[in-house]
Amino acid sequence: MSSAEPLQAAGGSLDVQAIRSQFPVLDQQVNGHPLVYLDNGATAQKPEAVIEAEARCYREYYANIHRGVHSLSQRSTAEFEAVRGKVQRLLNAPEEKEIIFTRGTTEGINLVAYSFLRPQLQAGDEILITAMEHHSNIVPWQIICEQTSAKLVVVPISDAGEISLDDVAERIGPRTKLVSVVHLSNALGTINPVKQIVDLAHARNVPVLVDGAQSAPHMPVDVQALGCDFFVFSGHKLYGPTGTGVLWGRYELLKAMPPWHGGGDMIRTVTFEKTDFADPPARFEAGTPNIAGVIALGAAIDWFLALDPRAVAAHEADLLAHATARLGAIPGLRLIGTAEQRAGLVSFVMDDAHPHDIGTILDGYGIAVRAGHHCAQPVMQRYGVPATARASFGVYNTRDEIDRLAEGILKVRDLFGG
Amino acid sequence: MSELADLYQRVVIEHNRSPRHYNKLDPCTHHATGYNPLCGDEVELYLRMDGNRVREAGFQGESCAIATASASMLTEAVRGLDAEAIRELARAVSRLIRDGDPGADEWPADLDVLGVVSRFPGRSKCAELPWKALTTALDAGSGDTVSTEE
Repeated sequence: MSSAEPLQAAGGSLDVQAIRSQFPVLDQQVNGHPLVYLDNGATAQKPEAVIEAEARCYREYYANIHRGVHSLSQRSTAEFEAVRGKVQRLLNAPEEKEIIFTRGTTEGINLVAYSFLRPQLQAGDEILITAMEHHSNIVPWQIICEQTSAKLVVVPISDAGEISLDDVAERIGPRTKLVSVVHLSNALGTINPVKQIVDLAHARNVPVLVDGAQSAPHMPVDVQALGCDFFVFSGHKLYGPTGTGVLWGRYELLKAMPPWHGGGDMIRTVTFEKTDFADPPARFEAGTPNIAGVIALGAAIDWFLALDPRAVAAHEADLLAHATARLGAIPGLRLIGTAEQRAGLVSFVMDDAHPHDIGTILDGYGIAVRAGHHCAQPVMQRYGVPATARASFGVYNTRDEIDRLAEGILKVRDLFGG
Repeated sequence: MSELADLYQRVVIEHNRSPRHYNKLDPCTHHATGYNPLCGDEVELYLRMDGNRVREAGFQGESCAIATASASMLTEAVRGLDAEAIRELARAVSRLIRDGDPGADEWPADLDVLGVVSRFPGRSKCAELPWKALTTALDAGSGDTVSTEE
């Protein structure tokens, strides 16, 4: 299904109503109110194009890949492998063979931790992250630090939710073996100056991993312009299926890395004496992958690129500006994360209402937000709050929905007193 | 919004706004921390027991209205009870929160209002948090942390 042309209104802006009509799940009442889905930071809804692509695979040509001489297997293999080229276009990656399919961002980071970093990590070595990382960009490093007596070093964040490049530069030393940094913070919305961080790190020959779980769905990504060495993202936040994701890595790094999981599909030859491993990407894709899921991820990427990531970013910037203005005007509400460069979400707390209660009350009005620590407990500790409420945007959200959010928050305030 | 009005009825809002016995008991004979790793909420519960009987209960922490109201009611309800009666009450409250089963006709300290939480399954762990801390304090004596995921 071609989705390019009805989605662009005159002047290149998005036709959001046309986009909405492609998302069956959005057309429903929740607790007696039209659904307002503002939990896209957790996961995005799926357009027909993605649902259909996955269903069509199972209905028409599904078989295992990379091993069958029969026609269905060949077609499945071709459809699956074609997705690497789509990801390459999404990320502007130099080569298709640098695209490794994973189950998601978390698996991509763990792959780099265990396959790239741990084998070279010595006692006293350092891994540099920031204080705004998701647990998935903290815990894997802590685990391998524990195993090797290496050290996790953390760049602090300001009250606004920004890091300073001086703080980054100061912390990259002779023992730093990797910088791993989030592109767009899921808890604060901060967009980090990744290119400048990469420049600082590369000046000292330190490779950089970029966690793109939140950035990939909200802005154009160009790994060559960023200059990073690894980039990871999840399919399900990019309007694709759960259980799909991508690790992109520079080929010379991937080529030097040992396998991560052993099994079928990642070998050249196996005897009981010795196994020769396949080259990347196959080396890192042991076992039967999420075939239909990856194919549907390809459909999601086609769909997303047809919208134009720049237009998506512009639309969501408008939503963010509107939400910041509307929510910022509510007495007793504090925005957590006010960085100059930010996107995709507003995180907030209220004087008299706990985020969980905010979430329950908004749900009563059909508004879905996330309440909790967003798998970023150090961020919560930094701001002295146990949790926040977070409204995170998708390409199908509208200003009217932001207004409904603001009205819902006023109801919270009425109930809890202000 | 009758569902919401039921959950956040006046008595819950009132307990949340002015929680009873919201203080650390020092000295105390028993205390434990209830922790919900899914949201980061934490309730510290303190008991001062005289032999087998609670003379005073108190709590502190960072928690939502449901957990705070539940803890506030708890500190009222357990005063004067012995350990066996407290365990029985905790089991009954858990059934009330999970299944809406009112069991007894008469509940101490407004606890019957927690029955409405059974219609909000996403919030049952909030209501149960202080009660988990309570039984842990009784079992362990002091200092333990119990998670809602245990």
